[in-house]
Amino acid sequence: MNAVTSSGATDPVPAPGLESRPASPVPTPRQLARTRRRAALARFWREYRKDRRGMFGLVVLAVMIAVALAAPVLASSRGLNPIYATATPNAGPSLAYPLGTDADGRSVLTLLIWGSRNSLLVGLTATLISILIGALVGVVAGHFGSIRARAGRLTDNVLMRGTDWFLVVPFLPLAMVLARTLGPSLGVIILVIGLTSWAGTARIVRAQALAVETRPYLERAKALGAGHWHQMYRHVLPNVMPLLLANTILTVAGTILAETTLSFLGLGDPIRPTWGQMLGSAYEYGVGTGNLLWLLAPGIAVILVVLAFTLVGHALEAVLDPKLRER
Amino acid sequence: MSVILDGARSSGLARTLAVKVVSAVVTLFFVLVCNFFLFRVLPADPAKNLTHNSALTASQLAAINRTFGLGLPLPRQFWNYLVQTFHGNLGRSFVNQLPVAQLIGQALWPTILLVGSATVLSTVIGIWIGIRGGWNRGGRFDKTSTAFVNVLYAMPDFWLGMVLLIAFAGSALRLFPDGGMHNFTGGSTGLAGVADVLWHLALPGLVLTLVYLAEYSLVMRSSLIDELKADYLLTARAKGLRDDLVRRRHAVPNALLPSVTLIMLNLGFVISGAITTETVFSWPGLGRLSYVALNAPDYPTLEGCFLLFSAAVILANLIGDLLLTVFDPRVRQA
Amino acid sequence: MALLELRDLTVTYATASGPVPAVRGVNLTVDAGQTLGLAGESGCGKSTIATSILRLLPSSATVTGQILFNGADVLTMNWGRLRAVRWAGASIVFQGALHSLNPVQRIGRQIAEPILLHEPGVSKQSAAGRVVRLLSQVGLPAARADSYPHELSGGQKQRVMIAMALACSPSLIIADEPTTALDVMIQAQVLNLITDLVRETGVGMIMISHDLSVLSATCQRLAVMYAGRIVEEGPAHEVFTAARHPYAQALSWAFPVIGDTRTRMSPRGLAGDPPDPAQLPSGCGFHPRCAVALAQCSAREMELWPAGDGRLAACVQVLNEEEGGQPARSVADENRSAGEAVA
Repeated sequence: MNAVTSSGATDPVPAPGLESRPASPVPTPRQLARTRRRAALARFWREYRKDRRGMFGLVVLAVMIAVALAAPVLASSRGLNPIYATATPNAGPSLAYPLGTDADGRSVLTLLIWGSRNSLLVGLTATLISILIGALVGVVAGHFGSIRARAGRLTDNVLMRGTDWFLVVPFLPLAMVLARTLGPSLGVIILVIGLTSWAGTARIVRAQALAVETRPYLERAKALGAGHWHQMYRHVLPNVMPLLLANTILTVAGTILAETTLSFLGLGDPIRPTWGQMLGSAYEYGVGTGNLLWLLAPGIAVILVVLAFTLVGHALEAVLDPKLRER
Repeated sequence: MSVILDGARSSGLARTLAVKVVSAVVTLFFVLVCNFFLFRVLPADPAKNLTHNSALTASQLAAINRTFGLGLPLPRQFWNYLVQTFHGNLGRSFVNQLPVAQLIGQALWPTILLVGSATVLSTVIGIWIGIRGGWNRGGRFDKTSTAFVNVLYAMPDFWLGMVLLIAFAGSALRLFPDGGMHNFTGGSTGLAGVADVLWHLALPGLVLTLVYLAEYSLVMRSSLIDELKADYLLTARAKGLRDDLVRRRHAVPNALLPSVTLIMLNLGFVISGAITTETVFSWPGLGRLSYVALNAPDYPTLEGCFLLFSAAVILANLIGDLLLTVFDPRVRQA
Repeated sequence: MALLELRDLTVTYATASGPVPAVRGVNLTVDAGQTLGLAGESGCGKSTIATSILRLLPSSATVTGQILFNGADVLTMNWGRLRAVRWAGASIVFQGALHSLNPVQRIGRQIAEPILLHEPGVSKQSAAGRVVRLLSQVGLPAARADSYPHELSGGQKQRVMIAMALACSPSLIIADEPTTALDVMIQAQVLNLITDLVRETGVGMIMISHDLSVLSATCQRLAVMYAGRIVEEGPAHEVFTAARHPYAQALSWAFPVIGDTRTRMSPRGLAGDPPDPAQLPSGCGFHPRCAVALAQCSAREMELWPAGDGRLAACVQVLNEEEGGQPARSVADENRSAGEAVA
């Protein structure tokens, strides 16, 4: 642990009584960067805490993720297997089954808990794919688009035409067709959502990258001989990050809703329960017999999670861009 | 800055509009091309669909392939596809051999009715909520409406549909029909027929209205809040204008511009976004058509629906762009 | 009765880190047909005064004191009376006309708006005629009335703001940094325009700027502000060429006179920054940067003491001089001689 004082200066002469402390060397640039980053994070957290809705969202998210991670502890996975279901199907709430049972006699609560795992997994992974593609396309298009050479603008144009197609073709039909073709599985859903939702991110990132490209330190980097990859990775990307972070969180909200919709339409994994799949099954088999809990529970869960992500995303945006504060 | 005469300005406007229309057509063509390849890449076997997997002789298969033009080389197929599409021939359904154009034509009006009415209602209500909330930000109306709208925004639209269906059309309160667009019994015409359709439209329309107004009100509110910081509002107040006049005459027109653009952008996606609602309420529109076609799988119909969905988005984008050009003088510079 | 009289005007903003005083006990008087310049660096409170005259400050600002416009206190007026005073009694020419005009409305409509508002009997056509006359008064062709703000240059927009300010023939115009955002050549044009208009219409004016030279050329009287207070006041030319208050002196020397060897040789520039309004120095706000500060400057509350014929200055040194004594030894001088004695 370095002994850098709060002002960043070093303390070469130990105070009386502390002679045993060794004199600390001048901090390296890396150490300085780390300290500054830590201070920036502390400042960020302090600002974020002031946003009550953001804090609410964060708490809800923490609870959800905890439940998802602790699923094996909270509810036995045997409860997911219809073979072992012994309770009366479509039963109302009871002590053993707080949220009732589904058409197979499985506990809705168990399904809900394990469903949170899959729903969150799909949401987060699909978002990861979407953001990776979107950021890559956006940074590359923005970087090469600001080069004066023909080839640069051509790259930008080609990438943007491709992005435009993904923006113009509506998400749901495209996702439906791809999911139907590639088969019903969680992996397919993740892939499909990821591959069809990156266009919006790409647009936003490209706009930001173009703005960053005009800044002087990029010119300096080029003059010093930095290659394209170095410029993009070391200079453009870090400056696009804050925008990207908020966009990511908001995208998760969208991907979870997308998964819910696709699963409801019967395109999801029939074996691994997600909240969307529960809703689909509840609609087909449960509603007719009056089993409302099966329908309401996953719906409310989805609302809570999506709301939480949205609130956190907006709070992040507000903290990172002071102009958006106090909304 | 040179003086811009009236004549020159209007010709600049016309030119901008023309450029945008051409660009939209180009995008549509591009979508056409991509859709073609998308659906050729996917495995399609109409024969299996039509004959429900029963055994076929080679000649029977060949006959079917000929009817659907699937045996031809790809470039030939592409050319046929382009020519046919320009003539409005979108192929025949794998499922019932009806012309896709006809199927789509039948399904188009119900979707437009549903989506159109929901859009109109949600735009009016959503914008009103957004303005009222944004003008007195932090007030009681703002806090409650924002909370309400945020929850709506997080709700899956089909879930809301199901809940409303159970609540109002379930066996308990038979207030509304539980699906379809017309009553099965009798083909009521005239005023009774219209009332019948409206009765069936109520619930799915309500669902979509609620779902859309969430986003519109959020956008309008945020837009107005941005506008509130503007200096020209101080000028307007300094002139002695009353608060509501400052809002109505100065803030709102400026705040509406980005909102209108976003609303129009959304409109394009609204047509395809109605898929789940139409399915839940058995509403015979394009969404339901494409869902049924998906499960068949009926690729010509799907392809046709795809094209229409994309065209809707392009058209909506174009209209939004044009609206902005007409209403925002800053954009008009050629 | 004075046209405008500010009595002990104090404006405090409520911020996240506590109340911040922007204006502290300001007294100013403007008579009918008189022009007053208000000078100072950014953050000294002059724009706040301008906005407060018509009660346009945000609700987070607490205003105490009196703002007497033709004898009536603006701060306690009811809304109807206030709205009538706004623009018809006193109007404002805002700085940065770039954003002070509604971007989606034509210029003509914006100029006509206050006319139609304050004179309900006027028809749209006669208002349009008045707009044309106002535009020609500021040197713009009538066709400009159909333009949008973004189609005009900076100088043209500022002229439009001036035309708009004259629309209801007010008795007072408050010009808040009317030429700050303009090129020097355009600045000169607009200033000449303002001077001519003031002379022709006999309207009273308060002009706010950080540029003393501009104010001394356009205004009859000049008041210099620092840290929310007026530190010197007097006839414009005298305050500009022979300021008494140390800050006003430094400010006027920042604008050297070409060919004047005296200003060429004398030390210019002022060390340090204007004080943070949230952490103002005790006593005289200027004492941390003052070269001739006395020990009592940090303890004693300053007032505007007489500093010559029709002149006021809030400086103890000036007070001493006026009272016939020698200028006292400043703290800096004391320290220096003490240091020399030690060495």
